[in-house]
Amino acid sequence: MKRVASVFYAVIAISVGVLVLLGYFIPQIAPFQRLLLEWAVILSGFALLVGLGNLFSVHFARVRARQKGYLYSLVTLVSMLSVLFLGVAGIESATNFVVNAIVVPVEISLMAVLAVTLVYASIRLLRDRLDLKSIFFILTALFVLAGMVSLPFLAGIPILGDGTLPVFSQIISQVAAVGGARGLLIGIALGTLTTGLRVLFGADRPYGGK
Amino acid sequence: MTSTALVALLIIVISGLMMAGFAVLARRTKFVFREINAFKSIRRSVSMVVEDGSRLHVSLGRGSLLAPFGAAALAGLAMLRRLAEITSTSDRPPFATSGDPLINLLAQETLGAAHDVVQPEKPFDPNYGRLTGLTPFSYAAGALPYIREDEVSTNVLIGNYGVEIALLTEASEREGAAIIAASDNLPAQAVLYAATPGSLIGEELFAAGAYHQGGDFHTASLVVQDVLRWILIIVILAGIILKLVGVPL
Repeated sequence: MKRVASVFYAVIAISVGVLVLLGYFIPQIAPFQRLLLEWAVILSGFALLVGLGNLFSVHFARVRARQKGYLYSLVTLVSMLSVLFLGVAGIESATNFVVNAIVVPVEISLMAVLAVTLVYASIRLLRDRLDLKSIFFILTALFVLAGMVSLPFLAGIPILGDGTLPVFSQIISQVAAVGGARGLLIGIALGTLTTGLRVLFGADRPYGGK
Repeated sequence: MTSTALVALLIIVISGLMMAGFAVLARRTKFVFREINAFKSIRRSVSMVVEDGSRLHVSLGRGSLLAPFGAAALAGLAMLRRLAEITSTSDRPPFATSGDPLINLLAQETLGAAHDVVQPEKPFDPNYGRLTGLTPFSYAAGALPYIREDEVSTNVLIGNYGVEIALLTEASEREGAAIIAASDNLPAQAVLYAATPGSLIGEELFAAGAYHQGGDFHTASLVVQDVLRWILIIVILAGIILKLVGVPL
């Protein structure tokens, strides 16, 4: 029975995938493609509800089992239920307050922590992997940074403070880095294409089955 | 149909035909790919997970299937399937985190399918697929406790991330866990290069299946990528030469 279901899922997924793909090239199929994409958006809305249930279930289980760090899970559950209550009760000013006064500042704080983490990662890079590539990586980053900010104490010093550094910095970030980035993006695009084709061939079945 | 659309359709059809052809060929011929250190490291770490009864964490990032970044998550799901089959016999089953509800459902399905293959007699707990947050930083913040507190010895991060991936790699380093990370996002790749030796750069992210016996189609897709890359290189070089000799393009 499971095998039959697996084949059934594969047939549906592949047919929908092919129709959506063809919709980009054959105008007659485009309305059908739009309809399928609208269904996908509706399904993703339901998936969000299931996801919220999953979030609740995972943290509830952690609190119930008093697992290590269960207090964080408790805070998560209380916050989640409070915001859900405020939203369902239609107290818009309160939900806006939660987003603007708690969620956004906390995320910005994490970004600040990230800056420190990245500086530490750079130091560790030089400590653990001291090779030519790493030195070049760090020097390039420092060079570009130095060219982007104006440092008054460097004024007048040849190359560093006479406007040459920003020009070199721009050449690195606008020419060399963009060239490299395009190469990487082409590689990623090819990978995306072949991943999609694998799904269309039924070789990858993330929706279950062998 | 516009000429651009026609070219795109041709590329897709030719790539599909090549993939089918190479998949047939892969059954008879063994394709050899260059060694990638991160994949060697995954094999070592995963066998350690089974031996010491620790846990594997596969993070699928926050890319949505309805956005262009979905392919990275699909590559992560293919990797999850393979790794979950290997590590499901461990004392602590593997778990997956994601920042998108659709990817989370697929992760649960993938873990369940791998579990059914290895231990069909035991019931599967869908809570091993976990949604941790819907924004980049809330996703990272939600995944951090699992890295720290769930006896995780190996973290595989494959999907769409931004620079917030550094928070996950940092937590993993602090816990002394092995880490292999890849993202299709360029700033995240730069961060990963500095943050961890186990990073995959560029299209290496999509090669995971071929390097882990994912099947003939994974091998074929990697060969097709290489063929297409060479064609692109030739086209770019030809374009440069034609431009240099004054041919209007």
